Parts: sequence; C-alpha cells; structure tokens
Amino acid sequence: MAVLRAKQVTKRFGGLEALRSIDLEVKEHAIQSIIGPNGAGKTTFFNCITGFYNPEEGDILLGDRSITGLSPDRVARLGVARTYQNIRLFKNMTAVENIMVGMEPHMHSNIISSVIRTRAEREEEREALEEALRLLRMMGLAGQGDMLAKNLPYGAQRRLELARALASKPKLLLLDEPTAGMNPKETQEMTDLIRRLRDELGITILLIEHQMRVVMGISELITVLDYGAKIAEGPPSEIQSDPVVIEAYLGRGSYQASVLSH
Amino acid sequence: MSSKTTHIWKKALSNGGIAGALSILISLVGLAEKFGDTNVVKGVVTLGDFFLLLPILLVAYTTLWSNVDVPRPTLVGLSAVTGATAGVMLTLLLALGQLVDLRPMFVNASPALYSQLSRGVVLPLGYLIPPIQGLIAAMISLGIYLLPGRIRSAVIQGILWVVLVGTLRDQILLIELFKTRAISYILKTAIFASSGLSLIGALLLFAIVAGSSYYLAGRKKATTNNLPIQTRKTNRIILLVVIAVALALLPYILGIFYSEILDTTGLFIMMGLGLNIVVGFAGLLDLGYVAFYAIGAYAMGVLTSTGLGLFNLSFWQALPFALLAAWLSGILLGLPVLRMRGDYLAIVTLGFGEIVRLLALSDWLRGVLGGTQGIQSIAQPQIGGFRFNTLQELYYLILLGIALITFIAWRLKDSRLGRSWMAIREDEDVAQAMGINLVITKLLAFSTGALFAGLAGTLGAAKLTSVYPHSMTFIISINVLVLIIIGGMGSIPGVFIGALVLVGLPGLLTEFEDYRLWFYGLVLVFMMLNRPEGLLPEARRKRELHEETSALIAE
Repeated sequence: MAVLRAKQVTKRFGGLEALRSIDLEVKEHAIQSIIGPNGAGKTTFFNCITGFYNPEEGDILLGDRSITGLSPDRVARLGVARTYQNIRLFKNMTAVENIMVGMEPHMHSNIISSVIRTRAEREEEREALEEALRLLRMMGLAGQGDMLAKNLPYGAQRRLELARALASKPKLLLLDEPTAGMNPKETQEMTDLIRRLRDELGITILLIEHQMRVVMGISELITVLDYGAKIAEGPPSEIQSDPVVIEAYLGRGSYQASVLSH
Repeated sequence: MSSKTTHIWKKALSNGGIAGALSILISLVGLAEKFGDTNVVKGVVTLGDFFLLLPILLVAYTTLWSNVDVPRPTLVGLSAVTGATAGVMLTLLLALGQLVDLRPMFVNASPALYSQLSRGVVLPLGYLIPPIQGLIAAMISLGIYLLPGRIRSAVIQGILWVVLVGTLRDQILLIELFKTRAISYILKTAIFASSGLSLIGALLLFAIVAGSSYYLAGRKKATTNNLPIQTRKTNRIILLVVIAVALALLPYILGIFYSEILDTTGLFIMMGLGLNIVVGFAGLLDLGYVAFYAIGAYAMGVLTSTGLGLFNLSFWQALPFALLAAWLSGILLGLPVLRMRGDYLAIVTLGFGEIVRLLALSDWLRGVLGGTQGIQSIAQPQIGGFRFNTLQELYYLILLGIALITFIAWRLKDSRLGRSWMAIREDEDVAQAMGINLVITKLLAFSTGALFAGLAGTLGAAKLTSVYPHSMTFIISINVLVLIIIGGMGSIPGVFIGALVLVGLPGLLTEFEDYRLWFYGLVLVFMMLNRPEGLLPEARRKRELHEETSALIAE
C-alpha cells in the first residue's frame, strides 16, 4: 500500500514550470529518494507535499486522503514531518523546547488549562518532556537538551532537527539533504540512523540527497528529476547505469558513470 | 614596543576627544546650564558640573581599564592626556562662542553657559578653566582606579549615593515617612542644605554607604550558598514575606507624590507584560499598542460615566464588558494582519493605533466618546462601602492586576502555547510545518496582549476618573515598546526593570521631563551597542538538567 501518491503534480512560478506532471508513489515502510541536479524541483516537490506550495494541477494523496491545498499545519497533523536543506531550528529555544514544539500535533492543552495548570495539562507536559529526553538520547544529544539550538555544533543541529521531526510521530518523514555538510563518519552515522528509523519505528522515509554514496546505499527506489520533470525511476542499480540520468547530471561524457557509482 | 606605546597615547587622545564631544553635547542640549544651580553638595558641586564632568570621569576610567599592564607614571600621563584633551575641547567651544553667536542654532549656547564653563573667571584666563577641570576629573578617576578593589567599589558606591541623594533632595523630603517632625528636622539640618546635601551631610552619607559596602563585601564570601536546602527555603519564604509586606505598605510609607509614580509605573508594567506577549513571545511587532489601553479606558468611560449618562454602570459591572471589548479588538486587529510580517505588520498596527485615537477625537462619535473633551466622571471601584478613590488605594488594585497578569504570562511562557508563540517568532514557516495553527496562535497573542492593556486602561480610567484622546498618543506605544527592549525582549522580570527605569525614574526626576526622550534615545543606542539582549535577558527554562536532578533526588 502506498503512503504517499502524487498524481500529475504541476507547480508553476510565473512562466516557469518548477514541476511538470510529476507522478510518484511512496510505499509503506520504504526508504525512497529523489535526486536530480540543482534546480531540478526536488525541494519544490517537498514544499508541495507539505502544503507550503499549492500545486496548480494534480493531486497529492496521503493514504487515501487528498492533501492537496491543505495548509502546512493540517498536513503536519495528518502525519507528515520534514527537515530542511539549510537547517531551520528555532534558534533561540533550547533543544528540548525545539523537540516539544515538534509534538504539537499530539498536544491537547489550551490557554485556560495552561494558566490554571490542570492535572491533565501537567501530565501532558511531563510526558512531553520525557519523550523529548528520550528522543535526545536516541539522537545522541543527551546532556545538550538545555542548550539553545543556535549554540549546538552543526552535526548536533542536524540531529536535533531530525528529533524535532520525529517528535510528531510521523507516518511519512521527508528529509531534505540530511547529510549535507557532514564528514564521512557523520554521514555514515546518519545513514544508519535513517535505516533504523524505518526498521525500528516503521516510519516511511522520502529523502532528497546529493551524496550518491548515501542514495545508492540506502534507497529502495530512486526518482530522478531534471528541470521539473521526472526522467527516470527505479532501483539504485538501474539508475546508476541509466544513460538519461548520467546525461542530466554530467552532460554528455563517458567517464562520469564511474563517478555515479561511487 | 614603540608602536604599541604610540598606540596607547593615541588612544588616550582620541578618548579625550570622545569625552570632550560628550561634554559639549551635554552643554549644548542645556543639561549643564539648567542644573547649574541645582546643588548636589552645596557650595562644592552642582548637578550641572557633575553632568559636564561625568563623560570625562567615565572615559578616563575606561581608558585606564584598557591599559592594565602599563606602569604607573604612564597611567598618570594617559589620564592627564584624556582629561586635558576633553577640557581643551570645551575651551574651543568657549572660544568659538566668543567669535560667533551660536544661539541661532543651539538655543542653550548662552552667556550663562560660557560663564559656567569658565566658572565665572574673566576670559583670557577663563580659557584655562576647562582643561584644569578636565585634569582634575581625570585625576579623580585615576585615584579611584588605583585603589584596591574592595575599597574602590566602596568609594564608587559612596559617590553614587551622594550624587543620587543630593539630586533627589526635594523628592526624598516628600516621602511620607520623613515628614514626621523629628525626622524631617534631622534631615533638613544635619544632611540636607537648602538645595542638595550639606557638606557634612555628604561626608556622613559617603562614610555610611562606603563603610557598610566595604563591610558587606568582606562578609559576602563567608555566606555564599553553603547553607542547607531547608534553611535556604525558609530564607526565601522570609524574603518573599518581607517583599509582600513592603509592597503593601509602600504607598503609605512613600506618600502621594510617590503613589502617583507607582500607579503610573504599574499601569506601564501591565501594558509591558501584554506587549511582551505580542512582541517578546510571538515576535509580532505592534506599534499601535496604546489602542488597546484606549479601548479599555474608553469602554470603562462610556459604561460608567455619569457625565455621559449612557449606562451608569459601576466599575465592577463595567469591567467584564470593557475587558471583552479590549479582547475582541485584539482579534479585530489580528484578523487582517495575519499574513503580514515584520515591517508591514508594524505599519498596519501603527495605523490601527491612530485610527482608534482619531475615532475617539472625532466629532462623529462625540455623543458617545466625548470628542476632544474626552469623558469625565468615570466610576471608581467600590467594594462594599469602601471606595478606591485615592492614588494610594488604587495602588492595591493595580498591584493585584499586575500580580494576575504576571501569573498568567509566567504560566503561559513555558506552556504549549508559549512554545508555539516562540516558534512563530523564530521561524513562522517552520512553526506552521510543525503543525502549529498560525491563525489561532497569533490571534491568541494579539487578544491576550490586548486584554492586559485593556485591564490597564480600565484601571487608568478609574485612576484619573477621566479619559482624553490626547493621552492615547503614539508615543505611549513607543514607550511601552522601548521598556520591553531595555528590559529584555520576552523577559518577564525585564518588563518590571524596564518600566522602573523608563517610567518610574523619569517620574521621579520631574525636572528632567524635557530630556525624557533624549534620555530614551541615549539609553536605547547604548543598549543596542552594548547589551542588545536587554538588562534582564530572557532565560530559557532548564528542563533536561532539572529533570535529572529531580530524578536524582527521587532516588
């Protein structure tokens, strides 16, 4: 069964077609990737799924429910969480608070219950805090929970952003270049972590990635975008040797295939 | 080495220039001359002198601090250069004033100022006075700097207290407690002169303050936080009780003059706490915030005024409606500006503030809102047979209002809603992508802020028993905003400090009324350069650590 289905999604900015009739299906418990050169429309596609952009044509379904045109907060409440290409944490809030904001879809307290601090509210806050601390430990951030997000080192910020996304207990997790700017060791750790999220928590993952080593190692299915159009789709082994993909990435050339296979 | 040496001398010279420029500024805005007759210590130093020399004292002191590893003779030279340069700049002002009439441009560049600069000495000789004074000021700084640490801070505190008490002589004598014949007699004969402190009084005060500060500094080391938790807890409770009792007695200890200041400051604290939610927590810049105060005050007026005679409700009957009106107006402003950010939001809210003021002023609504004349005979709160009609009595209601608002703001700050507000402040798009409903969350910020200001407005109306459109100006909104910025955006204690510094203090220093905005500007620039996070910056709650400690204790 498919968690996410995009049908003929088209997004235009003025005269520019950022996405042209994209079809994409993400299967339950899958790890799938979208790749493509800069400006191919990968992040635009993420923005269409999360409700940040409203596509001009086509339909996006989460399970059986159409989420096209819903506001981002509605989409988030339906179980889609994301991280950003350039880390976007709440910089002047602590790590714990960042994660607790991520739990928003499951919180029930309101302004009145917070002021008089009802038993249910206190219980909810306590559970949220415990859950936040659990996620901190899971991401290897134990002990850094009270630091302001902006003061955390780069790698920790990436992991915190992931923790925040996980806090909403998403059905579908969208990761926009989760290993950008990381060294090989950190990249390896992140790759393992992504795999664990799927295996242990059963989260379906769709990611945008530039590092071919990561993409090829982790994905079960790869979709290639170029100039807003889907040009190829298939398992890593196929994509690696697909001449259309190689051309889109590197222009006409012969030796580049080896680069892709790295 | 030699390049370093020339560098420090150049630095001293340029610092002297800065001090001189500041002194010239103080002269030309009229601070020096206006307070030329206000004694701090009678016959020794006037407030005008103090203002004139203050930049030199401070700059010379900082010059010394930045040259810690320099031998003493050089230090003497450095401060001499700083002081003399500053003095020479004042001499230049003096000389320029003799050549050209500066008054068309600077109203305060009068003969009186020049004679103050030269201390009345006839001119060719008088040109020497400012450099000499500069030198003396710099040497005082040097003297203080060379004192050992503990004595130094005692001396500085002593001097500050002398200046403060000397300046505030008249205000201190207005304190109710000091009005009893015996105390007033002692104060007037032993400590104060007809203006400022007497020389003996100054020395006495200096000795007491410096002495006790020296003594306390020595004691402090022995008693830091080694006490068992139980004792610390009781100490804290005792402290809270003392504060509560002090707050309760304050208006009667201090008297009417101070009660007026306390009440006004209190109203600004309430508004500050409300705007702090909108701007500090949620990051929604609101420049028309006074509108909500106006709506609260006008609603109270319309509903209770016997002058208008429309409803003739009592204060308590009208209160819920007035608060509802303010709350709804917050939503009313919030709805159209939901999609606006930053500058655009600021402009629209500014417009909203003006619209409300102009509506209150308009002839169109004259029958209801009173137009230019405003509304008079507004009801004052009454409980049983007791009517809150003096400033002292109203103080308690304001205190209660502050306590309530502070409690709500404090509870919300670390709640789900508080986190959502801050998330919006930090990154609106991401906040929404986390599932935060922007419409509801922003409207809650606007309406809660409006509610607080509305409450302040109802109490303000009851305090004056009247409202006027002229008191609902843009500058009040700015005032509230500035006090939040100075106190520390998003910080609840910061609001209190900001209001005390920017509303309470100027209320006390009534002679400085003309310089109030000048002072605001100065403080703002200084704060933005040196402490942009505010006096008491917002501290995020430590939760992970706290959790671990309580887990440890549980074990």
